[in-house]
Amino acid sequence: MKTLHDALVLTSGDISASAIIYVASDAPPQIITRGEFRDAIQRYANGFIRLGIQPRQMVIIAQTQNLEAIYAFWGALMMGAIPSMFPTLTEKLDPHIYMQNMAELVHLSDVRAIITSDDFVSQLVGQVGCPVYGNSAFVGELSSLEYTPNPDEIAFLQHSSGSTGLQKGVALAHGAVLRQIQAYSDAIRLTSEDVIVSWLPLYHDMGLIAGFLMPLIQGIPLVLMSPFDWVAHPALLFRAIHDHKGTLCWLPNFAYNHCARRIRARDTEGLDISSMRLFINCSEPVRDESHRLFLDRFAPNGVRADMLTVSYAMAENTFAVTQTPYDTLPKLDKIDKTEFEANKRAVLSDNDGALVMVSCGLPINGTQIRVMDGDKNPLPERHVGEIAIKSDYMLTEYYRRPDLQPFTPDGWFLTGDMGYIADGEVYIAGRYKDLIINAGKNVYPQDIEAVVSGVAGIHAGRVVCFGVPDEREGTELIAVVAEADIDLNDSQAHKQLTSAVKLTVAQSTTVTVTYVKLVGAGWLIKTSSGKIARSANKEKWMREQK
Amino acid sequence: MDEKTIREKLRAYITADLMRDPDYPLGDEEGIITGGMMDSFALAELAVFVENAFNVYIPDPDLTVAKMDTLNQIVARVMRDIK
Repeated sequence: MKTLHDALVLTSGDISASAIIYVASDAPPQIITRGEFRDAIQRYANGFIRLGIQPRQMVIIAQTQNLEAIYAFWGALMMGAIPSMFPTLTEKLDPHIYMQNMAELVHLSDVRAIITSDDFVSQLVGQVGCPVYGNSAFVGELSSLEYTPNPDEIAFLQHSSGSTGLQKGVALAHGAVLRQIQAYSDAIRLTSEDVIVSWLPLYHDMGLIAGFLMPLIQGIPLVLMSPFDWVAHPALLFRAIHDHKGTLCWLPNFAYNHCARRIRARDTEGLDISSMRLFINCSEPVRDESHRLFLDRFAPNGVRADMLTVSYAMAENTFAVTQTPYDTLPKLDKIDKTEFEANKRAVLSDNDGALVMVSCGLPINGTQIRVMDGDKNPLPERHVGEIAIKSDYMLTEYYRRPDLQPFTPDGWFLTGDMGYIADGEVYIAGRYKDLIINAGKNVYPQDIEAVVSGVAGIHAGRVVCFGVPDEREGTELIAVVAEADIDLNDSQAHKQLTSAVKLTVAQSTTVTVTYVKLVGAGWLIKTSSGKIARSANKEKWMREQK
Repeated sequence: MDEKTIREKLRAYITADLMRDPDYPLGDEEGIITGGMMDSFALAELAVFVENAFNVYIPDPDLTVAKMDTLNQIVARVMRDIK
């Protein structure tokens, strides 16, 4: 197998076997057979050709319905276009801002078409700078396709989150994706008996690779649900595992807390999820307490400690970098807090104040990892520095961004994550870049600051945003401190402005701000060059919260 | 439990536990999720709270942003099934 075209085994063989099972809280499961899947892909591929899309042109897939998104994505791949999955407009987003972001992306990345749900077409047409097609444009005759890709050419893009200016299209080649999927399948010992269950969004690397491409390429069934449905009805995941004998599931850390705290006892009564082999905690810092909470809550349903494993992953490496070694529990490393903070060393400690670090496991086959100091020199084990990786399934480039060179001259990719290696296993201990990970989503504080700066009554540019680790939620919550041009003692004005800040962020981004602190002139700490210092202001805010 | 008690219990819970802002004067008609006051994750938590505090089970089809966005909507849904 050299390209994704050769690899799509789920459209061949027994065409009456199920390929995708789509579950929902308000409808019976929808079973898509291999034959139906193949026909749907061809329908899209033909549709793209008929609409004049050429091989190597970029198309955006922004569907409200996951199945149509999957068909459109493969259809585009099959005829040689370069697809990228995108979020759709939700009830809380401001349509105007969504269109603006989309139009900017279309312009920067030379997007030739957007494929979306029929009822959404009229909103986008004329607003985004390229043709927009609904699903109903993709009907008609099936024919055989002749496009043959080169293994080294770009297959698709994964877009990082963030406002368009910061957004990077991670371009992945056919061969890279296949090598990653093989290496990762080996690490988790994937077999034909496995069943993957996923609620993850397809525009996220974990959802796209682990929760979509891997099962379809490895020829195992995929049980899929909408992230919106799952968030409001988290028991749906357990019901799906029970009904379809799920064995593998990827979850960001917050999801362990969400399920443990927010699934009502009666909703999991009688559900047997002992068919599971692995839950894989991935895409935000892993907390041992979250695993324990999950285990306590779901042990009666068959969850065991050995199911709870960890992976460190990123879109630039296609997906996984590490995985907990097979048949072992994630190691816990207790290290001295002072040594870590003052000397950047991970020194084992039994003190009460020791930091408990959860291992992300060993690098998977084909990935090398180094920890580097500020001068890009490799550090020995238990020294904290920046994690750098090298693999044979890394991105080709950031799409149409020659200004962004992903690699060092000797071929290392600097992740921006802070960590150390001990006994060959990788521990992530923070980040060098100012990035918040809220419920598995990467959030750039500068995006939120720009949005809040535009709120009437806020002093533009006098805004700081940061993440606050939250034990209850198992993720970082978002806090904003903003200088306000109002009388802070006027409780009505205070309430109005606080609400306006929260509403504006909700409408402009995919996240919600939990903490808003309005301050007067002089509160915010600036650096000597006059810039607002995020970490110093965060520390000040944390002190005041106590 | 009368409506007023239920309303104030819910208001206190939403502002303190879900919004993390106990002093916030949450209005009866304010859009809690559409207004960006809390994430849609909180719907599921609200369901757990309502069952524990008032012994009212809200089935999944009723746990949507459209049906549970304001204090008035939530109170009305609890009152419908409270014994």
